[in-house]
Order: sequence, then C-alpha cells, then structure tokens
Amino acid sequence: MRPIVMSEKKGQLVTKQDEQAKALWANRIQAVGTTRDKAAFAELFAHFAPRIKSFLMRGGTAPDIAEECAQDTMVTVWRKSHLFDASKASASTWIFTIARNRHIDMIRRAKRPEPSDLPWGPEQDPDQADVIGLQQETDQLGRAMAELPEKQRVLIEKAYLGELTHSQIAEQTGLPLGTIKSRIRLALDRLRHEMS
Amino acid sequence: MTRKIKHHLTDALLMGYAAGTLPEAFNLVVATHISMCDDCRAALAEFEAVGASVMMDSGAVAMDDGALAAVLDRLDDDDVEAAPPARTQQSGLFPMPLQNYVGGDLPAVRWRKIGGGVSQMVLPCDDGAATVRLLHIPAGTAVPDHGHHGTELTLVLQGAFCDEVDRFGAGDVEVANEDLDHMPVAELGEDCICLAASEAPLRFKGWLPRIAQRIVGI
Repeated sequence: MRPIVMSEKKGQLVTKQDEQAKALWANRIQAVGTTRDKAAFAELFAHFAPRIKSFLMRGGTAPDIAEECAQDTMVTVWRKSHLFDASKASASTWIFTIARNRHIDMIRRAKRPEPSDLPWGPEQDPDQADVIGLQQETDQLGRAMAELPEKQRVLIEKAYLGELTHSQIAEQTGLPLGTIKSRIRLALDRLRHEMS
Repeated sequence: MTRKIKHHLTDALLMGYAAGTLPEAFNLVVATHISMCDDCRAALAEFEAVGASVMMDSGAVAMDDGALAAVLDRLDDDDVEAAPPARTQQSGLFPMPLQNYVGGDLPAVRWRKIGGGVSQMVLPCDDGAATVRLLHIPAGTAVPDHGHHGTELTLVLQGAFCDEVDRFGAGDVEVANEDLDHMPVAELGEDCICLAASEAPLRFKGWLPRIAQRIVGI
C-alpha cells in the first residue's frame, strides 16, 4: 500500500492517490497510443463520451447529432492518441478540441483551418510530475470557474456553448478572463519557455 | 518567428476560435497568426482549457445502448492519423493554413488588380459569414477605402503598413471594428502583403448584390 497523504483543498479531501488517479486519464490516452489498449479506451469512452454528449446538447445540439459527434470524437481519440502530448495539454482539453472540431465539421460543414504544428512531437515518456501538475491546474481551473459569480460563469459557458458571437464576447467587458486563465499559468509558462 | 510581434489577437477572437464559433474567414486569420505567434498559441491553449472545463462541468448524458460496441467496431489497430506538418517542414512566406487555402505559397497566388496599384486574391470560404482575401500593396501605396462592415482583421505577412492606430509589421494583426475609419499606407521599402478578413455586409442578401460583390471582390 502506498502512504496516503491527506490534504484539504476548498473543502474537498484530496489524496495523493486521487491526484495520481486523475492523471491517469492522460496515461490512458497514452496507453491507447502506444499499445492500442482497448480496455483503457473503454474507460476513456465511459468517462468522456457522456460529457461530450451532454455539453453539445446543452448548446442546443439534437440528441442524435450529439450522440454521433461523441462517438466520432472517441474514434478520433483512438486514431490520434499517439499524437497526444501529456505534458502539453490535459486529457480533457485535448478531447475538447477534438469534439469541437468534429462538431464544426458536422454542423457547419465548413473547413476549420488549424495552426501549423510546433516543431516537436509528443514526448514518448513525459515526466509524470508534469502530467500530474497539468491535471491539478486543470482541476484548479474548474474550481475557479465554479466559484465565479453566477452571471460571469453563465457568460463564459454561453461563449463555449455557441450562444455568443465574438463581437458579443468582446462587448462583455466584465469577464474575469485573466483570473480564470491565471489558474493554468504554470503549464503555459512551461509551454512558452519551450517555444522561445 | 524571429521578429517580435507587437499586435496580437484579442481575447474575444481567441475565445471564439477556441469555442469554434468564428466565421471560417476569421478562423483562417487566427490560425495563420497563431502559426507565427507563440504568445497567441499559448493564450489559445488557455482558452481551450477553459472550454474543456465548461465541457467537463456540463453533466453527463447516457450514450445510446451499444454505443461503445459500435465505436469499438470502428477501431482498427492500424488506423492512425498522420501528424500535421510541423512549422519547420514549411517553406516560403505563408504559414501552412494559408498555403492550404491558396494552393501553395506566394507564387501560387492569382492576383487581380483592384485599382490604385493594389491587387487581391479572394479566398473561398464555405460558410459565407465573412470574406477573406490576400492583399498586395506596393510600397508607399495607400489602400483604397474599402468600406468594411463589422469586424475587420488584417494580418501582415510581408512588409508593413501604418494607419491612424500604429505601425503593423510582419506577424502583426490589426483588429478593427466599423468605428475605425482608417486608411492603411504600405511602408516604403518592401511591398506589403496582408491577409484581411471582414464580416460580410449584412444588408447584401439578394443574389444580384452578391454577384456585384463577387465582381468587385469586397
């Protein structure tokens, strides 16, 4: 048995093991990428597919389209898992971008130009401390979102649910984007450092 | 990019790109700028993390019966997607997303003169929500007033232009709304090449104005 270190964060009991388990979403994607691990894939599916479907339906997508998009997203997770870099993006962020792109393809039938890639590929064996750190920051971001005043949180949600145009986003002067984004500063500073 | 980029994308544009709600023409300018600008690439990653947080907090809706089995049926061990081309594999002036629209780099551009020495190539977009074009402005030349509506994004790819706001050099993007009445002038020296996107004027909805628009290219 590993020693269990308990610490209290925002009223939630968090254990070292819990934190490591959370980091496993990234590790499962890597397992799919390296060994085509179908059990790991099934766990990813069980965790993410219902959330993708729910997110799309909240944005007004019909249930059958949301179901199809969630299934397609998971197929793409399988096909692109070897390109996932656990030290650069959390599992949920990476899967969010895949779901978003698939949704654009399905609904708008419009092309989605993507930036050219950075001149390095995914690390084969990223430092687990980095992977866990990135996941912790992602969790902190989620808590920061949950603690926002209702009005601000709803506005941010609306922007991602496709209910605001960029002009409408620009008009919302009170959005605490700096505060929210600062929660993931560590990972991004690392990213910036590597890019420069 | 070795040159320090001074004018970046706005938070609203980065958030819209992360959310996937921008017109295709704006997506192209954003993707092209991010290909040149590591600061905006990192900022986009922040906005994507926010989007993921919204998604993960959106609850869960049960997938259809047999959904996992259906997906597993579609998986093939050898079915892997190739990595997108990296920046280092790209040659020429245009970043990869732009090359994909032009069908190549600068020599592949089919310029059409639009008066005053200025040439353009309109790049086709499927969604019709905004238009995007390459502009070639000879050094020292002013861009004719082209009466844009809504937001206009202008990304400099080569040379530089100056307007009432500031100087914009390679990699810089100017985000202007219709309140800004500007007359950009290309700097002396190198000809200025820009990628410019503007929201399609909403009052032109009939087929006749659309054809007129296509001829004039604005």
